[in-house]
Amino acid sequence: MWVDAFISLIKIAFFISCVLALTSLLTWQERKQSAVMQDRLGANRASILGIRAFGLPHILSDALKMFFKEDYVPPGADKLLHTMAPFISLFCALMAFAAIPFGNTIEIAGRTIELQILPVNVSLLFVFAMMSLAVFGTFLAGFSSNNKFAFLGGLRSSSQMISYEIAMGSSVVGVLMIFGTLDLAQVVRGQGGLLWGWLPMWGIFLQPVAFILFVAAGMAETKRVPFDLPEGESEIVGYFVEYSSMKFGAFFMTDFVETILIAALIATLFFGGWQVPYLQSDGFHFPWGSSVALSSLLVTLIQIAALAVKVVFFCWFLLVIRWTLPRFRYDQLMHFGWKIMLPIAVLNVFVTGLIIVLIQ
Amino acid sequence: MDPLIPIIMMALIAGGIAAVFILASVFLGPRRRHPVKDTPFECGFASEGFNRGSMPVRFYLMAILFIVFDVELAFLFPWAVVFRSLGLYGFVGMLVFFFVVGAGFIYAWKIGALEWE
Repeated sequence: MWVDAFISLIKIAFFISCVLALTSLLTWQERKQSAVMQDRLGANRASILGIRAFGLPHILSDALKMFFKEDYVPPGADKLLHTMAPFISLFCALMAFAAIPFGNTIEIAGRTIELQILPVNVSLLFVFAMMSLAVFGTFLAGFSSNNKFAFLGGLRSSSQMISYEIAMGSSVVGVLMIFGTLDLAQVVRGQGGLLWGWLPMWGIFLQPVAFILFVAAGMAETKRVPFDLPEGESEIVGYFVEYSSMKFGAFFMTDFVETILIAALIATLFFGGWQVPYLQSDGFHFPWGSSVALSSLLVTLIQIAALAVKVVFFCWFLLVIRWTLPRFRYDQLMHFGWKIMLPIAVLNVFVTGLIIVLIQ
Repeated sequence: MDPLIPIIMMALIAGGIAAVFILASVFLGPRRRHPVKDTPFECGFASEGFNRGSMPVRFYLMAILFIVFDVELAFLFPWAVVFRSLGLYGFVGMLVFFFVVGAGFIYAWKIGALEWE
């Protein structure tokens, strides 16, 4: 029991520190990405002892600034809920990572260790549960602020999040039908095979429609452009208008943590998670016959690195979309979620079922 | 291994990170009150009326629709997991289910529950 707890602690420490490091990098990358796409130099002023390093010290200075700003609770606000709201948001976003598998099983001293913090057979449901709970943080923030704008913003964003939750849930049903499991580790293992002897059996090749729907719904869940009506930094007042200092920073961080979560889910469900094409537990086996033998430790490291590369790539991809598209109007947003995405998702489930029945 | 161990540890660590972030700014930041600052943010106007009372009924409708369709979605998950072993029987069964849900969805659409004008 204590050994199990110790192993869990190492896994959590490793995975969560990676996630937090990537989160802080993303705050910088978001500014830099927008600068590059708008032909500006971007965040490049902060320096440590004269070293600017492409503006990387901004990560540190932003965080320090947030911590030392006044934590303001408006009079008439519900103090407890006002403090709980950013806590719930950040907590739920971080908790969801427990279910993401970041590597194959490894054996150390005769003990088989699953490289997933929470190895249960319903890990996808766990992720969805945590993402649903995040709605509470958003709504309570608007509700507790004693401000009409914040209240309306909270209503708007929670309404958006629950609408797209349905679209998101129904888009993954097709993937579940193919792999026949709710365990993300099994989903990733199921993607290790090859189609026609050469194409990796990744979710994107089996469920392309589900992939597009999932990316769109994921962006709506993380409240990012083109679905950023909950925040609408300057035009529409969002649910966190009465927040300041690191309480605001917690919402801000939640955004990036959720972006990483969506990127990790896209990689896990549609791009083989930690799978590398043609890499098996004893090395590469290429379809043209040649093979390269590798030690199991090296294979594990390559697989973890592969997941990291995929996650970073999709974070970049989501940022590029964020700085390319304009914002929806609210009625367009709801129209898109309910009248377009939901029917397509159901149709996708129907077609997938038909094909599986016909093949069998 | 009991899945409760990692989930409790994860909750402690994630909760600890979130709590430290929020509490740190509570203790580190300055605290200066001012009567103008203490009014709700409302573009320079004095706030009138009750701040968390009424809301557009659309949101209420949306929440009810969410409950209905999310529960139906919850039925889809176990079906999808065992779909391969159910075969044609499971497929036809779900078609009937889809038909009932779809009738409800079209009804909600037609009475204008999904409109935002």
